[in-house]
Amino acid sequence: MGEAEREVALVRELAALTERHRQACPPYRRILDAIGAEPPYARLADLPWLPVRLFKTHELRSVREDQVFRVLTSSGTTGQRPSRVYLDREAAAAQPRMLAATLREVLGERRLPMLVVDTRSVVRDPTLSARGAGVLGMMNFGRDHTFVLDEQGRVDAEAVKGFLARHGGGRFLVFGFTFMVWQHLLGLGADLSQGVLVHSGGWKRLAEQAVGNAEFRGRLAAECGLTRVHNFYGMVEQIGTIFLEGPDGDGLYCPDFADVVIRDPETWQEAPTGEPGLIEVVSTLPTSYPGHVLLTEDLGVVRGVDDGCWPGKRFEVLGRLPRAEARGCSDTMGRA
Amino acid sequence: MNHVDRLRAVFRSALNLPAGADVDGLEYRAIPQWDSLAHMALIAAMEDEFSVMIDTDEMIDMSSFAKAAGLLEKHGIGAAAI
Repeated sequence: MGEAEREVALVRELAALTERHRQACPPYRRILDAIGAEPPYARLADLPWLPVRLFKTHELRSVREDQVFRVLTSSGTTGQRPSRVYLDREAAAAQPRMLAATLREVLGERRLPMLVVDTRSVVRDPTLSARGAGVLGMMNFGRDHTFVLDEQGRVDAEAVKGFLARHGGGRFLVFGFTFMVWQHLLGLGADLSQGVLVHSGGWKRLAEQAVGNAEFRGRLAAECGLTRVHNFYGMVEQIGTIFLEGPDGDGLYCPDFADVVIRDPETWQEAPTGEPGLIEVVSTLPTSYPGHVLLTEDLGVVRGVDDGCWPGKRFEVLGRLPRAEARGCSDTMGRA
Repeated sequence: MNHVDRLRAVFRSALNLPAGADVDGLEYRAIPQWDSLAHMALIAAMEDEFSVMIDTDEMIDMSSFAKAAGLLEKHGIGAAAI
């Protein structure tokens, strides 16, 4: 769906969701009342947003307590409370389905043999970490899940060799967090040329080593033969919605049910293409909590609109907003 | 053993339930044993037992024992007794 068509459809759906959450979630209603948010909304950028950190400090849900089916929590950085995201049965069922619809573009319908660049213990831990939850969510797309690291976190070259002997001739899925892939896949010396790599989790640790996306893709192609590589951006507060990197590595693309707005952190106006700002993510999936329009604390930039291999906006995540500015931002919303 | 009994046995074994446990009314996540990790083990066990390939969407939609029986039927394995 092209950007203009997508925006019309999304504004209509998200405006309806805004009113539904206004009715059903009193703290959300108080925020909307305080900032004077009223329809009609002509553009996505006109919709009222919540700062994503409100989910760390407030219980925000639009369903009765007895309708809550799952509560998801994020990994809070040190000293921060984790976000809490409330899903009813319907929202919990929708999210893996929509994630599957997004990934189908690069993975197909079939569950592929899957190499996980992690250790099996991350998914066994009863107090599942965000990393474990991410791995578990992706394991739905695989079969014969084989872990690259053993229980002690050491590379298990034999396991990888066995996997490639079984599946290396056909298409298979490789999943891992970006820094784990960089750390463990490169030295492996394995032929992964039939693989499709999906990776996520942010660039912070690689940025510290001055490794960017171009070098990441270049080294994986040169050393493992991995040329089908897709990074994605997503967060627990919009579970099921991911922004997936296109095949050429020319940016992250939005699924049809979601979009991004880049906002100038000085004026809060939508930043033009090519101008960096704060990333606001919108999605129709949050039906049981008011997380459909969220201002993140990540900096990003739109690289182009309807000019890449997939339709819509393509954007890049530039990193985290420095802490002082993030406080300023929440102060602004705090007054609201 | 008919298909439904075999499916019951697969459920009990993949979800670590006792031998005689009644599984016909089970729903995903309604008991602690049927979590997302067990779901994957269950799907793999069904694929082995019935020699079928279950797609991503089918796996996501298989949210109860009844749906699992329906899924087998869709794959041409007669579980019409459910």
